[in-house]
Amino acid sequence: MKRFASMLALALVVCMLALALVVCAQSASAQTLKAVTDRGMLNCGANGTLAGFGLPDAQGKWTGLDVDICRAVAAAIFNDANKVKFVPLSAKDRFTALQSGEVDVLVRNTTWTSSRDTSLGLNFTGVDYYDGQGFMVRKALKVNSALELGDASVCVQQGTTTELNLADFFHAHNMKLKSVTFATANEAVKAYDAGRCDAYTTDASGLYAERLRLANANDHIVLPEIISKEPLGPAVRHGDDQWFDIVKWVLFAMINAEELGITQANVGEMTKSTNPEIKRFVGTEGNYGEQLGLSKDWAVRIVKLVGNYGESFERNVGQGSPLKIDRGLNKLWNKGGIQYAPPVR
Amino acid sequence: MSIDLPTGSPPARVAFYNDPKVRSIAYQVALCAVIGFLVYAAARNAIANLERAHIASGFGFWNTTAGFDISQALIQFDSQTSSYGRAFWVGLLNTLLVASIGIVIATILGFIIGIARLSKNWLVAKVAAGYVETIRNIPLLLQLLFWYNAVLKALPEFRESFVIPGGIYLNNRGLFIPQPIFKDGFGWVLIALAAGVIGAIAFYVWARKRQEQTGQQAPVFSVGLALVIGLPLVVLALAGFPLAFEFPAAGRFNINGGIEILPEFAALLFGLSIYTAAFIAEVVRAGILAVSRGQTEAAYSLGLRARPTLRLIVVPQAMRVIIPPLTSQYLNLTKNSTLAVAIGYPDLVQVFTGTVLNQTGQAVEVVAITMAVYLTISLATSLLMNIYNSRIALVER
Repeated sequence: MKRFASMLALALVVCMLALALVVCAQSASAQTLKAVTDRGMLNCGANGTLAGFGLPDAQGKWTGLDVDICRAVAAAIFNDANKVKFVPLSAKDRFTALQSGEVDVLVRNTTWTSSRDTSLGLNFTGVDYYDGQGFMVRKALKVNSALELGDASVCVQQGTTTELNLADFFHAHNMKLKSVTFATANEAVKAYDAGRCDAYTTDASGLYAERLRLANANDHIVLPEIISKEPLGPAVRHGDDQWFDIVKWVLFAMINAEELGITQANVGEMTKSTNPEIKRFVGTEGNYGEQLGLSKDWAVRIVKLVGNYGESFERNVGQGSPLKIDRGLNKLWNKGGIQYAPPVR
Repeated sequence: MSIDLPTGSPPARVAFYNDPKVRSIAYQVALCAVIGFLVYAAARNAIANLERAHIASGFGFWNTTAGFDISQALIQFDSQTSSYGRAFWVGLLNTLLVASIGIVIATILGFIIGIARLSKNWLVAKVAAGYVETIRNIPLLLQLLFWYNAVLKALPEFRESFVIPGGIYLNNRGLFIPQPIFKDGFGWVLIALAAGVIGAIAFYVWARKRQEQTGQQAPVFSVGLALVIGLPLVVLALAGFPLAFEFPAAGRFNINGGIEILPEFAALLFGLSIYTAAFIAEVVRAGILAVSRGQTEAAYSLGLRARPTLRLIVVPQAMRVIIPPLTSQYLNLTKNSTLAVAIGYPDLVQVFTGTVLNQTGQAVEVVAITMAVYLTISLATSLLMNIYNSRIALVER
């Protein structure tokens, strides 16, 4: 018995030593593209509760503007827009999930700011939606401008740039603020609907999305003031330039496709086009896909399986969706907006 | 043919690596070394990963401006000038406030329910049993959400605020009561209050001693009340009422001014107190049942009735059994207050581990500080309770 006990103790010590060595070995950094290809699946962090940007439908299929970016990345890598695993993330744990490697790309309507770009160890790959923060109030309050909201209670989600901008705005206009913060947007909207606060604030696109979920959408209006710049875009980790380039150029490909007039319907015939710009885009000329680490027809895969930027916009947040948000700033640069993608050449 | 064993001979000599004492020490040293090495390796790994990913580390964020607002702050907090460190203190004070008041209410309620469950009255006993069984078996988070929504739905809208004469407003944004503003001379009233409390305690001690010696009782409660409340009131009147009130007034959207008690605070307090009281009730019942039946019978035979028996004989002896599990329940209540994040009450976890962590991105430092704070609070609570426990411990003759 004593012999058995001592053998067991020895085995335990050896196991712990081995575990310690394994823990040490984990610090080697993985190349994300290789890891994703080996896994056969792209891990994406998305919202999970925001209509138009990241929301699973009744059958469990994820849809949204942000979701489409991830599907486009998967299409470019695997030629299959469904090889994506979506992880719903709250505002509190979205950055930790990306930093720790739980997800490869974060597409969760995240605002691009300098502190997030630097001290959080993230790289923003572009802007898929130029947004701004606004307020939603009940029509019955007869408020026409955000400047009349002094002394009002405002429901807001904690840990967001929304919270900071709200405090700045009220302070700048010498208005007293009573903010009520909640961990998730769901709870904040519920409290607003229950009458706990007079106003709800978040990005304007979110206001339109959340208004649909209120008991009586027509009782609420969105105030005209936009009090901040909220460029929303995908983010990846520091330290992997190739992966950064891939996610960046997937979004640029979608914007370029719209600019060149390539849609999901006509991409087949566009591959036979003689226009030099289109030829470079679809890959019949040059090896721009290989330079990224993808295939020659990387851009064709994206447009065929997901669509171009305009199609994705209209389908998810534009006129083809319940939100009916006007394209506004998100129009192409040559159509009056500021969506601009560098050329593929 | 018995074998003659030599008595008193020294034990057989073995090699030192077979000596059980040496072996046990060696295993323990090896285990400590392995654990220490694991901790060191994990910490080194974490630091290397943080550096490689260019994530900021260190405690520089403590003095950075917060930039956000907190709905309930017991100390001065301004979004434009206060730092993350100050936000930490605000959150900590909110946690301590709800935990301390919650502990008091839960204890009182728990004792009442626990004793009620042992009542001879069938209805009272069954109601108490039903309370305990229901409340204990529903998760606390659901109870908190229920209380929050029940509190919000039961209260009137701002425009139909319930007004109590004297400047008290009640609506679904909170309870607003007049805020006392202390003018010069109020210091005397505070000194009078302290003197009154000390006087009441001194009178109680003197009355106990006199009762032990002569058997005569003294009206401790009324004298104590007169000292604690009457004396400050007299001084207040003599000093010319150095007290003004800031009355809450209705603005366009909200009531402004006065002391504001948030519905989030009330919901958290109710939820925590009622939940923990169910557990404390069972602890109290166990303690009372642990006192030998002979004590009660002896007390009855001396002519003591049920209520004095309970108060003077049974409960003091039951306290020895009650205190250790009661400590656990207090610690549970303190830690359960972190569920405030679900209903929007700005406690330490919501403010610090929620907002500050997200704005600074420094998860490791923030979570480590929060864990250290809760550890300190829990250790302090159990230390106090253990001191009380050792004072009432049974001293064997």
